[in-house]
Amino acid sequence: MSVLQTLSDYLPFVPRSAPRFVTEEGHRVHGMAAEYALTPDVYHAAEMVRDAGYKKWDVHTPFPIHGIEEAMGHKRTILPYIVMAVGMGGVAAGFALQYWITAIDYTGFLVQGKPYDAWEPFVMIMFELGILHAAFAALIGMLMLNGLPRWNHPVFSNKEFLATSQGKFMIVIEATDGSFDPEATRRLLEQTGCTGVTLIEDGD
Amino acid sequence: MSALHPDQITAERLAGLRPGAGGRDVDAGLGDGTLTEDPAIESPLVLGDRSFDDVTDIVCGYAENPAPKWWFMAFGFFSTLAGIGTLLIVYLLITGVGTWGLNNQVDWAWDITNFVFWIGIGHAGTLISAILCLLKQKWRTAVNRSAEAMTIFAVICAGTFPAIHVGRIWFIWFVFPIPNYNWIWPNFRSPLLWDVFAVSTYATVSALFWYMGMIPDLATLRDRADLRLRNGVSKPFAVALPGGKALVIDAIKPDKFRAFLYGIFALGWRFSSRHWHRYEAAYLILAGISTPLVLSVHSIVSFDFATSVLPGWHTTIFPPYFVAGAIFGGFAMVLLLLIPLRALMPNFKDLLTIRHLENMSKIILLTGMMVGFAYGMEFFIAWYGANEYEMFVFTNNRAIPTWISDDGAPYWWAYWAMISCNVLSPQVFWFRKLRQNPAVIWAVALLVTIGMWFERFVIIVTSLHRAFLPGEWGMFFPTWVDIGIFAGTVGIFGTLFLLFVKYLPTFAMAELKAVMPQADPHGHAEHVHDGLPEDSPAAGPRDSKEAH
Repeated sequence: MSVLQTLSDYLPFVPRSAPRFVTEEGHRVHGMAAEYALTPDVYHAAEMVRDAGYKKWDVHTPFPIHGIEEAMGHKRTILPYIVMAVGMGGVAAGFALQYWITAIDYTGFLVQGKPYDAWEPFVMIMFELGILHAAFAALIGMLMLNGLPRWNHPVFSNKEFLATSQGKFMIVIEATDGSFDPEATRRLLEQTGCTGVTLIEDGD
Repeated sequence: MSALHPDQITAERLAGLRPGAGGRDVDAGLGDGTLTEDPAIESPLVLGDRSFDDVTDIVCGYAENPAPKWWFMAFGFFSTLAGIGTLLIVYLLITGVGTWGLNNQVDWAWDITNFVFWIGIGHAGTLISAILCLLKQKWRTAVNRSAEAMTIFAVICAGTFPAIHVGRIWFIWFVFPIPNYNWIWPNFRSPLLWDVFAVSTYATVSALFWYMGMIPDLATLRDRADLRLRNGVSKPFAVALPGGKALVIDAIKPDKFRAFLYGIFALGWRFSSRHWHRYEAAYLILAGISTPLVLSVHSIVSFDFATSVLPGWHTTIFPPYFVAGAIFGGFAMVLLLLIPLRALMPNFKDLLTIRHLENMSKIILLTGMMVGFAYGMEFFIAWYGANEYEMFVFTNNRAIPTWISDDGAPYWWAYWAMISCNVLSPQVFWFRKLRQNPAVIWAVALLVTIGMWFERFVIIVTSLHRAFLPGEWGMFFPTWVDIGIFAGTVGIFGTLFLLFVKYLPTFAMAELKAVMPQADPHGHAEHVHDGLPEDSPAAGPRDSKEAH
């Protein structure tokens, strides 16, 4: 079910599960959003939302806030391990490419009487290919772990949200979170010192 | 509703509205407010008491407002140069490398000189984005985006030369590990092949790094265009006509193209903190792997020379010497480009302060001394190594002018141009007043750029033009095709850079915001005014925000 749900985020023809909450007009509710103007405010608000036990929520900020991971209580990314593995794969590929060509398939160049299978001249290209693979792994891995690229997201339907790319901050608690309750969630967000709370509709 | 675009109003409001830092009186001797000599005080990185929205307006304004007149003039000039250069490359490919001044003795000249020159220029971008990132030098945020852009454009220019210098360009695929019709593979023991892998990896990784850094800023441009469309304040397409009139087409909204194109390249970025966390990890990893990469690329370029047995090339000092020279020349190019932009573009001065320029001048001074040390050490080893051929290259091919000795070097002027531009001219930066003066910095940057071109010319041509037998002695003189193609790459570089300045975020907005005092989540922003605590005298102990 959750695989289908993830797919339906990306593919419009995959059916979506029934909404947990709808607005009075019958639109699916994506979540509740609170706006903030100052960095310390959103930082403390994130700590309060974390302590209230929400899991599916996010802080949208125009720049990465130092230490927001702790305030949100989320785990370190596994990206470095992915990059390491792919980078080492690149090093191995560089060695295999050169070794196979120079020492196995084609032994036409006897350069300065050195053995065909000497590994030393291979180091440079092994290094370069390792870096190349690691760089692609870092960018593509980061995007895939983030679920990007994607065409659209319900948060973009909210006009206030677009200010988070300039100078405002926003906390969005999703309606699919088990603890989400229209009244309680609104009350919690209002207590965090925000400048306004809005409901984000999912353009269904 | 005013006929003016809201961003334009903001940009004009901000333009020079509050000179100095935050409207407060700047102490004499602090320049624009960033030149405090007290090491306990952190200089402000953004001037004018800017908010996050102000920074966004300034940077996005460059891409959203109509291009100024100087932009069109510069664009016309550089794109003409680029066009001429491209035509000359076509002429070269049709006719052959004999249209260059190359001869049997000097078979590498301006082509490889230009290749090493441009690839060296590129190194400052990666240095600023990678090494200064690892060293937590916050001031890099003002220059990293344009320096990375410069890197990529310089590598494009650099890559042109090895490709066109092979003569029969339809065989260029021999450099790739593809078996040809005789089932012959490339020779992996050749540094020229290492170079292919190093330069192409460098170009690719630099482009990835640059693009990844831009994703959030492209998303900002996308959201602003989207917001204007939704608010109904989007301006129609307009072209200024001579006579003060304008051709306006209401049906075309540039913001629609912006929202679509920036949107495609922003990949759906939505400024999520969970995304930022992985983004920062990826950024740090890219910085970590680019650091050895940038050192390796110019080392491998130097292997093209150092692994040969030619006197003047066969030296072990080449890799570090080339890397230092690349950083030196690259920083000079960054300054050469950014100091004019600082004067021409509104509010650029608030984001790129005198302190930033001074820091870069200090790096030029340092790397200039390293390069000077390498020149001296090369000479010393030529003497100390007691190899008469090596010594002959340094004295009679390079240093001794023909007006001193009949056996002197016909290229003595190139050698001494290199020494005076690269070693002597940066010495003015020992004086504080001079390294804080943009005009002086720009002049030195220009001299260094010229000097670094001559360095590569000296290394390549003076070593080649006199071989072991006097019968093999010759000279190299550039033809108009040599000169035209080099000017053409300058044109390509300038054209691409101008397009970047007009259409892409010139500053790393997200990174710039993250180093502003308001970005501190622990709330000391109110006490910190442009880096100076308001409640304590500037010279007193600092209410340090790093303590948290």
